[in-house]
Amino acid sequence: MTDSDPRTQTTAAAESASGVASGRSIFLDAVTKRYPGQKRPAVDGVTLEIPEGQVVMLVGPSGCGKTTTLKMINRLIEPTEGRIVLGGEDVTTINGDELRRRIGYVIQAGGLFPHMTVAQNVALVPKMLGWDKARIAERVEELLELVGLDPDVYRSRFPKELSGGQQQRVGVARALAADPPVLLMDEPFGAVDPITRQRLQDELIRIQQEVRKTMVIVTHDFDEAVKLGDWIVVFREGAQIVQYDTPERILAEPADEFVENFIGSGAALKQLGLRRVREVEAADAVVAHAGGNAAEALRRAEQAGHNHAVVVDERGRPISWPSRRELSRMTRLPTELDPALPVVGSGATLNDALDTMLVSSAGATLVTGRGGVFEGVVDVETIMDAITMARQSAAERSSEAPVGTNTGAVDVVIDDEGAAVTSPQGSARDD
Amino acid sequence: MTERPTTDTAAQATDDAAIDAAADAAAAAGSTDATDAADADRAPAPRPWRPLIVQILVLLAILVVYGAWLMLAPLTATERNTLNPSTILELTGQHLALTLVATVIVLVIGVPLGILLTRGPFRKIAEPVLAVANFGQAAPAVGLIVLLAAFVPNGFQASIIALVLYAILPVLRNTMIGVRGVDQRLVEAGRGMGMTAFAVLLRVELPLAVPVMLSGVRTALVLLVGTASLAAFVNGGGLGLLITTGINLYLFKVLISGALLVAVLALIVDWAGRVVEHVARPKGL
Repeated sequence: MTDSDPRTQTTAAAESASGVASGRSIFLDAVTKRYPGQKRPAVDGVTLEIPEGQVVMLVGPSGCGKTTTLKMINRLIEPTEGRIVLGGEDVTTINGDELRRRIGYVIQAGGLFPHMTVAQNVALVPKMLGWDKARIAERVEELLELVGLDPDVYRSRFPKELSGGQQQRVGVARALAADPPVLLMDEPFGAVDPITRQRLQDELIRIQQEVRKTMVIVTHDFDEAVKLGDWIVVFREGAQIVQYDTPERILAEPADEFVENFIGSGAALKQLGLRRVREVEAADAVVAHAGGNAAEALRRAEQAGHNHAVVVDERGRPISWPSRRELSRMTRLPTELDPALPVVGSGATLNDALDTMLVSSAGATLVTGRGGVFEGVVDVETIMDAITMARQSAAERSSEAPVGTNTGAVDVVIDDEGAAVTSPQGSARDD
Repeated sequence: MTERPTTDTAAQATDDAAIDAAADAAAAAGSTDATDAADADRAPAPRPWRPLIVQILVLLAILVVYGAWLMLAPLTATERNTLNPSTILELTGQHLALTLVATVIVLVIGVPLGILLTRGPFRKIAEPVLAVANFGQAAPAVGLIVLLAAFVPNGFQASIIALVLYAILPVLRNTMIGVRGVDQRLVEAGRGMGMTAFAVLLRVELPLAVPVMLSGVRTALVLLVGTASLAAFVNGGGLGLLITTGINLYLFKVLISGALLVAVLALIVDWAGRVVEHVARPKGL
C-alpha cells in the first residue's frame, strides 16, 4: 500500500520522539490546499507561526478550512503548495507516516479502537516506535495517571466500558504516549456534555502546565478558545486569517465586524473569564472569631469604617459575614456556617466572583485561599477596575504577536515571512 | 434483561432463514430468499451460548430419530441398497467436499476482492463488480450447473465452478460492507497516529469487519450446502443423488432421506459457522 516499511523507520522516529521533552514551534509557510474541481482553494496561502510550548486555537465558522489547516500540519491532508516547518526542520516532503508518529493527534470522542483495551490503545504509537514491553507498560501507567484515570481500574477495559469523558481522556493519553513535542486536536471536546466538557478543559489546562507541549486545537466554540488558548486564530472562508492574537486582545479589540460577531455578545463579560480572583487586589476586612464578643467586633468595624465583619472558625475559614446592624443585635458571634455566605476561591475566575456577588445581597464576596482560609474581600468596584485595566493593557500589547497571514494580503508581509522562516521561534511570546 | 428476547428473536429469524434456504435447496429450487442475505448484512448482536447448544442438540436428535427409522422401517431391497449407511456416508463426504472446496475458492477470491474494492482507486468500480456478482446469484443455479457441464466434462469441476459463481456474492458483499462500515474517524485516528494505510487495514478495519464478514461466509456456506445437491444432475456426486434417484425411481423414502439429510447438513454447517462467529468476534464490540 505504501512505500514505508515500519521496521526501517522505527529507529529514526524513536530517536526524534524520545529525546524531546517539551514543545516545538510550527511554521506554515504560504500553505495552500486546492481540491480538484473547486474554484476557490479550501486553504488559501496560510502563513502561520505557532510558538513552541503554547496553545493555539483555530476558530471560525464551519467549512472555513480550520480543520483542513490542522490536518495539513501532520499532512493527513497533503498541502498543494507551501512548506511545513516543525522546530526548524522542513517536514513537507518527509515520509508522512513517520512524521505523524512524532505528532500527537486527538479527534472528537477520542477515536479509540473499540476492539483494543485502554492499555492497547495507548500503547499503539510506542509499539510502532519499537519500545520494549516494560517501557510501554510503565508509560501507559504514567499516562493514565496523568489524565486522571486509575490504571488498575481502567487499563484492561474496552472503550465501550468507559464514559464519553473517560474515552476522551484516554484519547489524550494515547496522543501523548510517545511524548511528541506537538499535539493536534480536532474539536476534542465536541461530543461530550457541557459539564464534562468544562471538566476536561480544566484537566487539559492542568496537563498542559505539566507537559508544556505545543498544542493546536480546532474548535467552533469561541468560549472554549478563550479558555484554553494562549493565542487564537480567527478564520473566515478559505482559511483567511482575520485575526491572530491573544484572547485578551481579541476580546478587547476585535479586528473587524466578523470577529465581533463571532465573539458574540458580552465580550467584556467573557474577559472576566480570563482573569483569576488572585490577580486582583482583595480588600481587608474586620475579622472576628466564632463565638467571640459581638460588641467588640462591632466596635472594631466602626473604627475601621467597614459595614461588615467577617466571622471565621478556629482554622481561619469564614463562616458568616454579619453587617453592623446585625452585630448590634447579637451578644455572641455566630458559630454556625451561614449557607448563603458569598465565598469564592482565589483560583476562581472574576466571572465566578461576579456571579457570586450578584446572588448575594452584599455586592461583594469573600475570597479564600489554601485550605479555605479567609484572604480578603472583592467587591464589584474591584472587578470594574480589573475590566478597565485589562482592556487598556490588552490594547497596548501588539508587537510580540507571532506571524499569521495569508499571501497576497499585504506586500509588506512577505518580508516578515522571510524573517520568520529563518527564525520561526523568534517572535514567540515570553511570559 | 431486555437483551435476551431480542437476541432470541434474532437467532430465531436467522434460524428460519437458514431453514428456508435448506428447504429451498432440498426442493432443488434455484432462487434463494432475500431474508438470509439481508440478515447477513446486519452485524449480529452479542449472543449467549444457549441458543447454539439448543440448535446442535435438536439437529443431533433429528439424526438419531432418522437413524432409528432407517433401521426399523420396512424398506424394499432397492431402498435398503440405496440407503445403506456406507453409501450415505460416502455421499455426505462428497457433498461436504463440494461445499468445502467451493467455499475455499469463494473465500480466496471474495475476501481479497472485497477488500480491494474498498480501497481508494477501486471504489469506483465496486458497483459494476457487485452487479456481476449479483448476476451470478440471480441466475438459476440449476441452469448454471447444466450450462457449465456442457463446457467442462468433469462433473465435479463443473459443479465447483457453478457453486463458486453462485456463492461469491454474500462473501464479496459482506466483506465490502464490513470494511466500509468501519467508522471513518477510526481510520483517520489510525492514520493520524502514524499507522500506514496497510497497518490500518490489518489492525483496525479488518478486525472490526470480522463479524459482518463471517456472517457473509456463513450465508455462503449454507447456500453452498443446499445448492451442492444440484451437482447430482451433472454427475458431480453428493446427497443430491438420493433426491434425483428418489424422483426418477419413485422411491419416496429415498427422496425424503436425501432432502432431510441435506437440510440437516445445512443446519449443522450453519451451526458451525455460528460457533466460529461467536468465538472470533473481537472482544470489546
